[in-house]
Amino acid sequence: MKLISRRARYLLLLGTIVLVVAPLMFVNGKFGGSDDAASQAVAASQPGFHPWFEPIWKPPSAEIESLLFALQAALGAGVIGYVLGRIHGAAKEREALNNKKAPPTDVST
Amino acid sequence: MNIMEGFLPPSHCVAWATASAPFLAHGAVKLRRVMREHPQTRLTLAAAGAFTFVLSALKMPSVTGSCSHPTGTGLGAVLFGPPVMAILGAIVLLFQALLLAHGGLTTLGANIFSMAIVGPWVSYALWRLCTSLGLSMAIGVFVGAALGDLATYVTTSVQLALAYPDAASGFTGAFLKFAGIFAITQVPLAIAEGFLTVLVMNALSEKTQVLEDLGLLRGRT
Repeated sequence: MKLISRRARYLLLLGTIVLVVAPLMFVNGKFGGSDDAASQAVAASQPGFHPWFEPIWKPPSAEIESLLFALQAALGAGVIGYVLGRIHGAAKEREALNNKKAPPTDVST
Repeated sequence: MNIMEGFLPPSHCVAWATASAPFLAHGAVKLRRVMREHPQTRLTLAAAGAFTFVLSALKMPSVTGSCSHPTGTGLGAVLFGPPVMAILGAIVLLFQALLLAHGGLTTLGANIFSMAIVGPWVSYALWRLCTSLGLSMAIGVFVGAALGDLATYVTTSVQLALAYPDAASGFTGAFLKFAGIFAITQVPLAIAEGFLTVLVMNALSEKTQVLEDLGLLRGRT
């Protein structure tokens, strides 16, 4: 089932890009992470605050950390691409099969 | 929304983990049932898991001049129901806690509660509400995904405010402080997540049987 028109698809894509790019162009910020900002706010409000537990393993550098984040995104995107290919391939195959046996007698799938 | 390792007092860690546990158990049962009763939807399930995997890795710039990441749980919540997303979201959070030092094991229960439970349930409820009001599938998915994302960050703000109420203004003051860090940053990102979720949902369902296989079009023509 189609959810949106082709035109709406382009608009949504464009809207997403604008939402992400516009802050970079028009906002003058440091663009640190909000998760870290919250941690700092906690530490600032509690004099002498120490986290009572440390991560078991930490990426040794910012480069390694961004590598792992990129890997996470790449793996996910790869799976989505694979699935889209598979289900669209299957849909096409089913359509071709239905067209072949002219009066569609058996559609028990 | 990831509360960092060691940043919640032990009693809060235990409380949030306890609160999340029944949802995870329920999710495991539902997940097995989906796999057994709709084996043809396994690929779609993988896509829903992968979507939250991708989106929660993308730290995107926002209007407040800081970066935050979407959650990507709305897609799966609509397709498979919120209980299944409790499991998929928990897997993502565990991955980030172990390999990225993002979030943590002690705060896993709290992070699961916000991202894998509250977010998906809000998404699902709003999607149901929109479609039952006669709004289109696309609008329902957009509203659900965007506000589910936002709800996750509001929940994180509540969790931090409960643990660290402000000396002068108490819970409310602390909540407003943390919500100021999280929620405003999240608004444009939540809208972007809503857009992306509609796009991916459309890509999955256009010319395929995905929605029909999941019975999402039951009672609609």
